[in-house]
Amino acid sequence: MVQKLHDYLRESPSQTAGPYVHIGCTPNFTGIDIYGGDLGTSMKTGPVQGTEITIKGTVFDGMGAPLRDAMIEIWQPDAAGLFPSANETRGTPDPNFTGWGRSPGDMETGEFTFDTVKPGAVPYPDGRMQAPHITAWIVARGINIGLHTRIYFDDEQVANAADPVLSRIEHQNRVPTLLAKKEAAGLYRFDIHLQGPAETIFFDI
Amino acid sequence: MSLVNLPPKPGGFIPRDRTWQPDGLTPTYKTSVRRSPQAPLLSFPSTLSEETSPVFGHHLIGPLDNDLILNYAQPGQSAIGPRIIVHGRVLDELGRGVAGALVEFWQANAGGRYRHKKESYQAALDPNFGGCGRTITGADGSYEFRTIQPGPYPWPNGMNDWRPAHIHFSLFGHGFAQRLITQMYFEGDPLIKRCPIVGVLKSQEAVDALTAPLDMHQSVPMDCLAYKFDMVLRGQRQTYFENRKEGL
Repeated sequence: MVQKLHDYLRESPSQTAGPYVHIGCTPNFTGIDIYGGDLGTSMKTGPVQGTEITIKGTVFDGMGAPLRDAMIEIWQPDAAGLFPSANETRGTPDPNFTGWGRSPGDMETGEFTFDTVKPGAVPYPDGRMQAPHITAWIVARGINIGLHTRIYFDDEQVANAADPVLSRIEHQNRVPTLLAKKEAAGLYRFDIHLQGPAETIFFDI
Repeated sequence: MSLVNLPPKPGGFIPRDRTWQPDGLTPTYKTSVRRSPQAPLLSFPSTLSEETSPVFGHHLIGPLDNDLILNYAQPGQSAIGPRIIVHGRVLDELGRGVAGALVEFWQANAGGRYRHKKESYQAALDPNFGGCGRTITGADGSYEFRTIQPGPYPWPNGMNDWRPAHIHFSLFGHGFAQRLITQMYFEGDPLIKRCPIVGVLKSQEAVDALTAPLDMHQSVPMDCLAYKFDMVLRGQRQTYFENRKEGL
């Protein structure tokens, strides 16, 4: 016999966000007038530092149909690579940038939009620099546990090539599923495919 | 020469136990079949991107945000249904309370009907019930809200599938790696063991972890019953030792 690890707890099991996640997380979007507005609608509280960008995208299921009942959240550092987080110890982040966005997608098309800034680079735990990226989290009816992925940028070829995460992906032909495509100045597209030949790489992180 | 140690630093998050958490593909919950990734997830240790998280201050929360009986009701009126308090703590895997965590919750009304334009169940809407609330945990991770007990409802999956009464929860911790959405069920509900969504859980222990017991200690006499529901987020190692390459 050995001592028991009895002080440890198990993470609560995940359950699907269901078809009505918008009632709980973006109630005003569903017509429930409450709280004075939905959280995460705007990532800027004033003039921000860096390059302002817009990211648009759609989540598709395995049959190629867009999800119209998903919720997408993103989390990222500011233009200098600092997180607007209580546990950011490396410096003072942009006070007008929240770093966090939440989108229910368009009611009809499912397309999500984030008006944000191009993130700065952040080091990997071993000290190497990672390429600029945004963390994304997708929940919806039919998704039993929230899906983590990352949004990198297709105009950061040099940084992407040296990124510790992108470079260890076995099937390099899947790396483009993690790249937001520049469509115009300041406008990127990042579609998310839950299944199929273009399936987005999702992370266990 | 001094032998003073440096203070411990937060390390990475404890890896998520995928043998405990539900799989993505669970065919008896039909919608999962076309919405679950088929390739293996890419596993790697958490980085700053996952070890940081947005901050939600207590100033965010209005006085009725945690009272679903009143937060959508007309003045002088209240939502219809069994009045209950739901309370508990948000903890991490190391057993520590998670302070300052944003907890959002949503649910059907007492008849099992959601306030949503895509909802087609014939049960009546309650004009005084919106169905959502939120709060932020205290210093010990505790939270509390008041609501009405939601009703069960049928849903299109099998020919006659019903959801047990449940409340949805969305949780933030101190790192985005802790982000979690789950559901709370009620002790004694006979629909729990018949539900295909509960059925994605891999063990009775996991079902029990999402089933709140009746808590008469927190029940208010002649006013409302209470249910106690603790939730656990991923833990973060505290370590004196960092896994860094020499010279960095």
